[in-house]
Parts: sequence; structure tokens; C-alpha cells
Amino acid sequence: MSVIDIRGLSFAYDEQLVLENINLTVKQQDFLAIIGPNGGGKSTLLQTILGMHEIKKGNIKIFGQDISKNLAKIGYVPQNTNINTNFPIKVIEVVLMGHIQEYEKNPTDKNWLKRYFHIGYDKDEISCAKRALRQVGMERFAYQKIGTLSGGQRQRVMIARALCSMPSVLLLDEPTASIDTDGQKQIYELLKKLNKTITIIVVSHDISVIVGYASKVAHINKTLNYHDISQAARPNIDGEHFCEVEMLQLLSSKHQKGCEC
Amino acid sequence: MLEILSFEFMQNAIVAGLLVSIASGIIGSLIVVNRMVFLAGGIAHTSYGGIGLAVYFGLPIFLGASLFAVGAAILMAAVTLNQRDKTDTFIGLIWAVGMAVGIVFVDMTPGYNVDLMSYLFGSILAVSNADIWYMSALLVVIVAIVTIFYRQILAVSYDSEYAKLRGVDVRFFYTLILVMSALTVVIAIKIVGLILVIALLTIPVYIGEKLSSSLATMMAMSGILSTIFTFLGLFLSYSYDITSGASIILVSALSLLLFLVLNNTMRKIFNTVKKIKK
Repeated sequence: MSVIDIRGLSFAYDEQLVLENINLTVKQQDFLAIIGPNGGGKSTLLQTILGMHEIKKGNIKIFGQDISKNLAKIGYVPQNTNINTNFPIKVIEVVLMGHIQEYEKNPTDKNWLKRYFHIGYDKDEISCAKRALRQVGMERFAYQKIGTLSGGQRQRVMIARALCSMPSVLLLDEPTASIDTDGQKQIYELLKKLNKTITIIVVSHDISVIVGYASKVAHINKTLNYHDISQAARPNIDGEHFCEVEMLQLLSSKHQKGCEC
Repeated sequence: MLEILSFEFMQNAIVAGLLVSIASGIIGSLIVVNRMVFLAGGIAHTSYGGIGLAVYFGLPIFLGASLFAVGAAILMAAVTLNQRDKTDTFIGLIWAVGMAVGIVFVDMTPGYNVDLMSYLFGSILAVSNADIWYMSALLVVIVAIVTIFYRQILAVSYDSEYAKLRGVDVRFFYTLILVMSALTVVIAIKIVGLILVIALLTIPVYIGEKLSSSLATMMAMSGILSTIFTFLGLFLSYSYDITSGASIILVSALSLLLFLVLNNTMRKIFNTVKKIKK
């Protein structure tokens, strides 16, 4: 079954059409890169998948169901993780935020307070958060203030937060936007590792890096062009840089008519 | 010196100082991390409209001010949630209009000349038993709400976009934070007055933030610091016969200065030691 199925989706902010007749199928264990120019609609598409915009035309199915039914299966890493860096919050508390939608009254709980409220953090939740931090290699920072971490480390914490709810698909919006080259590579290596069990969708400007890791590429500039590059000749991702010319060659080897990218 | 504690007005002042300090430590932390200091300032000034209405209609001052401030908070929440870029314009507007409404209603009240100064700069020595009950009840409500919804409030304050995606009702909690701020501002007006209330909600909190690695410790730390500053300010105000609100704020500000200097010196020493070790 496909993880995400988008059919005939169009979206407009006020009068301006941002997405036009988008069709996209994401299969299990895909590593999909969504690329395209600024204002081309990349983030809008991601937000629409997450149910942040009302869909007027077309539809999106997640595991064959409506978005709202399956939000818990989607892990999301937002674009700007550099906001609020002075906020007094520990790494583990940030990760525990991933559990928040499980906040529900539990009528069978012996503790009467817990029957009605969800106060503090359970042992299960804490061990789960630590497991997520271990997955991204950040366990030893669990009790540090988030502001003491570097941009790359903070991004990994955000990935841990998304992993906390055990998602089947991970959506990342520009995960390496403000991270140095070393940090970027670490993030992508991490995503590659996670991709063994989780479907990954990355929105990125950073075409050259992402194509080294992605198996599918969707280019969005109002309309969507899809490329399966899983069989294409792989660039040497251990090398310093995968230049855009190589990338263009790679994409054009599967080029279809009408593609503008 | 200790004989002053035997006066009822002094006992009330001390209890009120403690209650307001704890409340403003908790709510001040939320205001600072959510960057709504001037929203709170706007609400403080707007609440003077409620004071004027209460005087005119013969209602309890706290009731009038609280209702007016809560109304302003809900209005501000709605505006800031929908039109974030208009926030500062709207704060300015509501700030002045609220005060104007208050002044006009006080003017229209026959034969009653309300002491405007006591609302502008506080009157901690005029706290009644009823005031104490109101402050206690409010503090209990605030502590309960913040304890029960700590995770939601933390998520909304730290990353509201993510909280929304995770099914937290961001609009509700944002409004709740502002309403609690409004109510806290109203009781703090009694202590330091509506002009100085911003300082009480920010100075101890600023130090508290530097010393804490979580929101909960920041709240506790700010509450403790605020209590110390309030008592010290109160003591100085009694000893030198100066306005209590102003003396509390100046004690806080001087402590902040001292803290910053010490903090800087400590960091320099720490760095030098580190270098020598290397």
C-alpha cells in the first residue's frame, strides 16, 4: 500500500495558485526529495500533507485514509529550529513533546489524578524519548539546555522528537538549511539509516546533497515532475561535493517531455 | 523594627507581597518566554478602564478591573492570533483607550475623587482582607492550571506550530496564558501599580531565566526572587518613607545590575581558569 497518495491536488492562497494538479504516490521506504525554486510550493505541499491547509480541490490519502485519521503516523521536523534558542528547556523535554497527542484521559488508571489528567511525564514516555535520542546519537545531551547545542545537534533533537511517536513516515522541511557542511552530511547519513525502516520525505534547496541520498525526486514549481532515480547511476556521495551539473545529467537521463527542471 | 509586623496592614502587605510575587513569577515566566511583555503592559493600562467603571457603578475595584482586563486579553489574543503584524499597533491602541475610559468614568463619578496615584504606583499598605482572599484564590487557580496543562503550555510556548500539528489547541492555550496574565496583572497593580507592573513581571524573570534550564525551575526561581525583592523593597519603603511600588522595582533593578556584573565576572574567571588549565 502506498504511504501517501495525492490525486489532482490544487491549492491557492487567496487568488494565487500555488499548486496545480499535483499527483504523487509515495511508497513504503521511499526516500523522496522535494526540490524546486523558492515560492514554487514545496513547503505548501508539505503543509498540505500535514493537514495544515484546507484542501479545496483534489485529495490526499495517507495509508488510504483521511489525513486527520493518520496524523500520528507522520513525524514532522519543521524548517526553522533556530527559533527560541534561549528558551529554558531541556533536550529531553523537547523530545517528549512528540508524545503530546497521546495526552488522553485514561479511565482505567488506578491513580485518580491520572484518570482525568496527564500530569508530568511517565517512565514509559521518558524511556521512549531516550530511545529516540539514542537513534539520533544525542542521548548524552538529554539533560542539557537546548540552547547549548549547535545547529546540527539541535536538528537531530528535532528528528528525535518526530521519531518519538514512532511514525511510519518522516517529513522534513529544509533540515540542513542553517547547518555547516559536516553537520549536513551527518543529518543525511542519519536519514539514510532511518530510511531502512521509515519512509522519508525531505524538502530541500540543497539539491546537490539530497540527490546523493534520495531514491525519488519530485520537482515542484506549481506543477510537479517526478523522477525515479533509484536505478540511476549513483554519484559518489563520499566525495566532497556532488555538483549541480552532475545532478542535471542524472535527472535528464530519466527526463520526460515537458519537464522544466 | 519588628513591632511593625504587629500592625494588620503590615501583615496584609507581607502576605499580599508573597502571593503576588509567586503569581508573577509563574505568569511572568510565561509572558517572557512567549514574548508578550508589552501585551501584558497594554493589558495593565487597559485595566484602568475597569477601575473607572467599577468606581462609577460602585462595584468592587478588583471585579471591575479583572473583567475589563480579561476582556482586553481575549480581544488581544484574537487580534494577535489572526493578524500578528498588527500586534504593536493594537497594543498601543488598547493601552491608551483603556486608560481614557477609566479617567472619563472617574471624572463622571459624583463626589468621589479616586486616588489615581494609588493605581498608577500601587498601594501595598492598603491591602484588605478581601483582597488577600481574592489573591489566594487566583494563585490557587493559576498553580492548578499550570500544573495540569504544563505540557501543553510548554509546547505552545516553545513551538506553537509543532504543538498545533500534534493536536494541541494552540488558540485556546494562547488565550488562556493571556487571560491568566491579565488576572495576575490586576493583583500586581495593588502592589506596584499599573505603570510598574511590567518590571515586576520581567526583572525577576530575566534573572530566573538565566539560572534555569527548564520552564518549571524558571517559574520557581522567578517567584523566589520576586518575593525577596518585594520584601526588601517593602522594608526600604517603610524605613525611608518612600513609595513602596517604586522601591520594590528599584530594588529589583539594582539586583539585576548586580547579577549581570557578577555573572559576567564569574564567566571571565571561569574562562581564564579554563585557559590556564589548557
